[in-house]
Amino acid sequence: MGTFDLGVGAAFWLMNASALLCVIYGVIYWNKDKEEKVLNTKSWEKDEAKMTKDLG
Amino acid sequence: MNLIENIVIIVYLAVLAYLGYVGYKQTKSSADYLIAGGDTHPFVMALSYGATFISTAAIVGFGGVAAWLGNSLLWLTFCNIFIGVFIAFVFLGNPTRKMGIRLNAHTFPELLGRRFHSKFIQVFGGVLITVFMPLYTSAVLIGGTEFLVAYFHVDYHIALLVMSVIVTAYVLAGGLKGVMLTDALQGVIMFVAMIVLMVMVFDAIGGVDVGLSKLEMVWDKTVAPLLHVNIKELTAGSPDFLMKLSMNWGFQGWNKMPVFLSEGWLFIITTIAMGVGVGVLAQPQLVVRFMTVKSKNELNRAVLIGGVFIIAMTGIIYLVGSVTNVWYYEFNEGKNALQSTGGIGKVIPHFINAAMPKWFAFIFLFALISAAMSTLSSQFHAMGTAIGRDVFEQLAGKNNPNSLLITRVGIIVMIVISVSLAYVFDKQPAIIARSTAIFFALCASIFLPTYFGGLFWKRMTKKGAIASMIVGTVVTTFWLLFVHFQEAKQLGVAKMLFGVDSLLSGKIIFVDAMMIALPLSALTAVIVSLMTKPESTALIQKCFED
Repeated sequence: MGTFDLGVGAAFWLMNASALLCVIYGVIYWNKDKEEKVLNTKSWEKDEAKMTKDLG
Repeated sequence: MNLIENIVIIVYLAVLAYLGYVGYKQTKSSADYLIAGGDTHPFVMALSYGATFISTAAIVGFGGVAAWLGNSLLWLTFCNIFIGVFIAFVFLGNPTRKMGIRLNAHTFPELLGRRFHSKFIQVFGGVLITVFMPLYTSAVLIGGTEFLVAYFHVDYHIALLVMSVIVTAYVLAGGLKGVMLTDALQGVIMFVAMIVLMVMVFDAIGGVDVGLSKLEMVWDKTVAPLLHVNIKELTAGSPDFLMKLSMNWGFQGWNKMPVFLSEGWLFIITTIAMGVGVGVLAQPQLVVRFMTVKSKNELNRAVLIGGVFIIAMTGIIYLVGSVTNVWYYEFNEGKNALQSTGGIGKVIPHFINAAMPKWFAFIFLFALISAAMSTLSSQFHAMGTAIGRDVFEQLAGKNNPNSLLITRVGIIVMIVISVSLAYVFDKQPAIIARSTAIFFALCASIFLPTYFGGLFWKRMTKKGAIASMIVGTVVTTFWLLFVHFQEAKQLGVAKMLFGVDSLLSGKIIFVDAMMIALPLSALTAVIVSLMTKPESTALIQKCFED
């Protein structure tokens, strides 16, 4: 991309680098958070009234 | 239309109907309807986020701007990917998801309201979305409808009605599950169409390097001769007027940045790149998607899919937008894109019909309709939940057994308002870009400090959050009404009250409202929070501890 000046060239390469960063991050952390506690979303409906009352 | 086109349209509508039905069957509770039950597949979530993010405005509107101002728009793509995907998913996604679950929040205003134990914050957020989002929604509606009109040669009003009815049906029936499933399908169509477009365009002009290199020659032949022409001699709004205007703003070529700190540089960096790039972090219809997945892994996977999707959308369309100048120069008697098509918004549609085969124009039409529908459905859903859950329920009483019904009625009310605005605004110039910029500036300035502080700063107080939101609202409104070169002039309030287009003069009027309002709103949040009593330990534990 030799035809771009420094400002546009920087945007072009930063754009590609960020997309690559997203790909690398996604691959590395695809299944990395096994230890993370999965909060129980199924109880939301049941707890709705109580939580609403608690929170005002 | 030939038989095959008819069949494709019927199949497309049938698949949308089926996905809306799947959403309907899977929606058994308000959590299902409002946040898709919190167990969405990462592929669906990422594509839904991306397809909602990218509307017809991004493809047609900003693609046309790239034909006018060139590849400096790639700064927006960088911000879209780095801020809108990487920062959003990696740093904000999981804290938002976890706090949403802890506080049982189903909407963005509800998350903020419960974090600060404030009914006012939730209602205020809901009212802002209810008041301002229809502007943005009507703009997307106009963009999508105009493509239906152009391709099928049907009446604008009929096309608007048909499009609204289709989107309404699956949003009402399927809730966020239906919206996200259809978004994912539409995202796939958009992705495929963009990849094919890039290959065909660069093949037509001799490859990527050759095509981009020719831009300099085309600028020299078609724009540089305007250097010594007085802009007053040109017809306002004409292609040559616009190109001369860009030169006066400091633009030097389609492959070059405008002169540092010139009007053009401020416009590209503050309004286009930062305004839209940062503004996306506080978009209610996007933030709510973080609450639709069950663990951080889904968010991590969505980073990969989202990053690739966004570069395939905005990266490609901005590069293609600028090199349309080369194609028109070579195939249309030495004219550039604006000279050939007559206007910024006409470049991409005209180019697709003139330069691409008929079969591709048909596919691209679907990509554009999909882009419009996916954004619209999410906006309708966000507005409906704002009016139903955040405003009505808060004011009329919680735990209403008809809360889902109220939300559905809210969606219908907001759709009627948006469609009415689309009828009224149809002939307004540049309404899509203006409405988008206004909504993004408002969201960032009003919600971002409260959202960030709420997630990461336990010392932030309710009073700090409320003061920040009010300052954000007041400063953004003031800047848009009385200072910014585009909105202040077009809204006409400054002219009516003070007899001038803008209360200020010089380059400052090119600075986006968000660049002024966001720092002030953030500063207010910090100062007022430090001056007021910290929130109770019980509330902080409820927000931050499992």
